[in-house]
Amino acid sequence: MQMRAVLASRFFSLFVLAAMIGLLPLAFPSGYYFRVAALVWISALAAIGLNILMGQAGQVSLGHAGFFGIGAYAVAIGPAHLGVPPWAALVLGAALSGILALVIGKPVLRLRGHYLAIATLGLGVLVAIVLTNESRWTGGPDGMPVQRLVLFGWRVAGAETWYWVSGAVLLLGTWLALNLTDTPTGRALRALHDSEVAARVVGIDVAAYKLRAFVIAAVYASVAGSLLALMNSFITPDQAGFLHSVELVTMVVVGGLGSVLGAIVGAAVLVTLPQLLTVFREYEHLVLGLLIMLFMIFLREGIVPSLRAIFAARLRTRAAG
Amino acid sequence: MSLLVAQDLGIAFGGVVAVDGVSFSAAPGQVLSIIGPNGAGKTTLFNLVSGLYRARRGRVTLNGEDVTGAQPQVLAAKGLSRTFQNLQVFGRMTACENVMAGRHLRERRSLAADLFRLPAVRRQNRETRAAAEELLAFVRLGERGDTPAGALPYGALKRLEIARALAPEPKALLLDEPAAGCNAVETTEIDRLIRAVADRGVAVVLVEHDMKLVMKISDRILVLDGGRPLAEGTPAEVRANPDVIRAYLGPQHGREAAHA
Repeated sequence: MQMRAVLASRFFSLFVLAAMIGLLPLAFPSGYYFRVAALVWISALAAIGLNILMGQAGQVSLGHAGFFGIGAYAVAIGPAHLGVPPWAALVLGAALSGILALVIGKPVLRLRGHYLAIATLGLGVLVAIVLTNESRWTGGPDGMPVQRLVLFGWRVAGAETWYWVSGAVLLLGTWLALNLTDTPTGRALRALHDSEVAARVVGIDVAAYKLRAFVIAAVYASVAGSLLALMNSFITPDQAGFLHSVELVTMVVVGGLGSVLGAIVGAAVLVTLPQLLTVFREYEHLVLGLLIMLFMIFLREGIVPSLRAIFAARLRTRAAG
Repeated sequence: MSLLVAQDLGIAFGGVVAVDGVSFSAAPGQVLSIIGPNGAGKTTLFNLVSGLYRARRGRVTLNGEDVTGAQPQVLAAKGLSRTFQNLQVFGRMTACENVMAGRHLRERRSLAADLFRLPAVRRQNRETRAAAEELLAFVRLGERGDTPAGALPYGALKRLEIARALAPEPKALLLDEPAAGCNAVETTEIDRLIRAVADRGVAVVLVEHDMKLVMKISDRILVLDGGRPLAEGTPAEVRANPDVIRAYLGPQHGREAAHA
């Protein structure tokens, strides 16, 4: 019981993550690994946000890469065309994503299940089309270069630097998401996930809370998109595309719906597996698809919740035996 | 003085009239039961009063204020709460969290404060938890607070719903078949709970099929049949009403029972 309480506490999750970010570089044989890990942290940030919407509030978004794209292009277009410094463009992009989510979310979140999935899919496709077609601003399908991030005279560049910067932002994002779970807002989201009627009857404004979760998820995705664009110094509309949206949803589901650590693990799996599977050459995608299917069959609740349940069961039998 | 008043409520679904001209009034500290055969419109009536359905005609007033057509969350803020016949617990949350969610309206709510988990949020969380634990003890679930609601047995879930419905500190409480599917011991427990809730000054409206429970606990009874009011009165009056007997047992029995 004690052990389970420790495992479930948010400090435990934060501590595990901080230790991982701090210690992983000791095992890195080359600079390339810093880059892959930074990609994991950035994807994980977007996945954590999406998990608040999908895992806690139980609302699906198949267009979340749209917000990722808005964040990415904000730090590309802002400095290049409008003379806004990159850090301010990141903040403006997040604000723009939040406002768009607020405006679009109001009518769209009335829909449920499959209908909501299709409507959000449409939103994502719309953003990708705009980014592809407005080539005077966005460079079109070929993408556009992104100015380096400069903070107080410090030029943020290099894989190792970005590893630490993205790791720090991920820690912050994780802390905020973990905070939310056991508060009036977190309880309202989880309640409406399980029963909307019952939530309304105890006074929870279901529409307003769904909208809040949508806006939070959009802001997370936008910040992640900005970080990726700034790290890569280049951005293409693919980052806002449908495939990336599906990838984000897969991260949340494979890692474990509703689990903050799960979203991070899911991101790690989906970013690193393709790198590991290059040994299979032309069968790479086949093996990737097969592995994801196996994960879903054998760890149906997602990697983190399933492993946690197995571990808790072990502890119980040991205590009993 | 009546707290919750329904006047001439009516609704139809695709031409089928489910509730037709039903009125009732519930007073603080009293138990009003609504009975009738299956399909009489009892649950529909509850859904109308609690704002889940929009009435085609009629009026609902709560504490003298017209609340016809108000959303459930608005009604909750004005002091109306309910339970569900087909359980609507938050299955992935613990029993305690279910009741804590029920305290929503009693909490200060700020997204920013919640995200940063400010000291005020933590303090309030402790207060909410304490209030929830008190309610869990009241429905005799004090030991089960940390159990996921989805893992609780049926009878416990019935009581958990009552605890959650009481969490907003309602003035009026609608209970939809709280004893359905409960064994004799559990029914006695529900009986005790309803009486205790009414004694706190809550206006209780009860839909229930267990006639022993209804006759024992009710101050007044409203009988519905085919969506229409059939009879109203004290338990003794309703029991002696030939129309009621006929509706429940069929016409020939009605005559015999009336003579008996």
